[in-house]
Amino acid sequence: MDSITFDTAFWLDIFNTYLWPLLLIVGKILLLVVPLIVAMAYLTYAERKVLAAMQLRQGPMMVGPFGLLQPLADGLKLLGKETIIPSGANRFVFVMAPMLTFMLSLVAWAVIPVSDGWVIANINVGVLYLFAISSLGVYGILMAGWASNSRYAFLGGLRSAAQMVSYEVSIGLVLVTVLLTTGSLNLTTIVTQERPIWVDVLLFPMFVVFVISALAETNRAPFDLPEGESELVGGYNVEYSSMTFALFFLGEYMNMILMAAMTTVLFLGGWLPPFGIAALSVVPGFVWFAAKISFVLFVFLWTRATLPRYRYDQLMRLGWKIFLPFTLLWVVVTAGVLLYNHALPGMSAAM
Amino acid sequence: MMSSELLANYLPIVVFLGIATGLAVVMVLASLIVAKQKPDAEKVSPYECGFEPFDDARSKFDVRFYLVSILFIIFDLEVAFLFPWSITLGSTGVYGFWSMMIFLGVLTIGFIYEWRKGALDWE
Repeated sequence: MDSITFDTAFWLDIFNTYLWPLLLIVGKILLLVVPLIVAMAYLTYAERKVLAAMQLRQGPMMVGPFGLLQPLADGLKLLGKETIIPSGANRFVFVMAPMLTFMLSLVAWAVIPVSDGWVIANINVGVLYLFAISSLGVYGILMAGWASNSRYAFLGGLRSAAQMVSYEVSIGLVLVTVLLTTGSLNLTTIVTQERPIWVDVLLFPMFVVFVISALAETNRAPFDLPEGESELVGGYNVEYSSMTFALFFLGEYMNMILMAAMTTVLFLGGWLPPFGIAALSVVPGFVWFAAKISFVLFVFLWTRATLPRYRYDQLMRLGWKIFLPFTLLWVVVTAGVLLYNHALPGMSAAM
Repeated sequence: MMSSELLANYLPIVVFLGIATGLAVVMVLASLIVAKQKPDAEKVSPYECGFEPFDDARSKFDVRFYLVSILFIIFDLEVAFLFPWSITLGSTGVYGFWSMMIFLGVLTIGFIYEWRKGALDWE
């Protein structure tokens, strides 16, 4: 009798100290991942509807009311397709590439604060983590381009990688400018940090550079050269089919949402109500967060409907000859202005 | 104490990585099980506009891609160097600011050299 009660206590202890926190973490992650995947599916729907509306068409409307079940139908169709692995391909790397792209786009969300305190891993180097994960995204594309052993995929992969690394640099410098005004790498602190209005004005050019670089980083129009259907028949994912293709597709749209979320956190005040209107805080934070992300995403779609595609040399010139010198200059200007106005975070404490 | 707290902060990321991996594997496997797999020689040949592929696609490519990645490494390292500087500028003050200006000045000279050499031009 004694030994049984002892055992119960022992297992209860194990459960309380190890298993329960772990279950809590898993629950939190699922609570983030499931809405995220739904959002991603409906972003493809929103893209088709918005583009259609801008071209005076209807868009998808056959599957379900207003075509609302279209993403589901697309997913099921892809699930039922055959997974083709080209004969000359490096099989392991070929299958790994889309999985890596998908995983990275998902894992980056671990540090994004959805609302006050609603973050899965509140680490103190959040910005650095995001920067590292988004840099790793290039690997998926390079692996796909190389492993397919197809000329189109190879060229598409090279182009895509060169484009992503070019704009990665200006994104990094924009992040540095934002960090100068916040003095913390923690994303929650970045959102809650009070910024005077003139600092926001100082950051505005960086916001513009960030949004444009985000378009280039996610291979979106007008920078969608790697996937230029009319010249490269789809770029690095030519040889992919079925779920391996779907993972690339999902990863790409997830990266779009991630970039929109980063824009929201860095520049648009995250989950806080817009323009600091206190009366609007009756609406829960995550609603504002989602609304701001949707707005940025709408701008992405709008750009696609409006602008023609860049040429590759123009794209490289914009990245290296305009954005890089400009962002570098702006880092210096911002640092100087903040320093000589004694407006740097942590400065009053040092004085 | 410090280190265990640090680890506890990072544990969710590891769990997240596990869930993401599981999700990706399950999706690919599900399609392999559900869909009928019937490969044949024509189907699995690489796409090349209806031609038979001539030879291995992993051929020589433009050296500019290589140059861009080298430049990327230089500037990405610089950004990594700027991160800690930007966080602590409040306490390092004027001294920290001008030290970094000297570094950025040297880097800018290198950048102007690259520009003049035409390393940033595409064709």
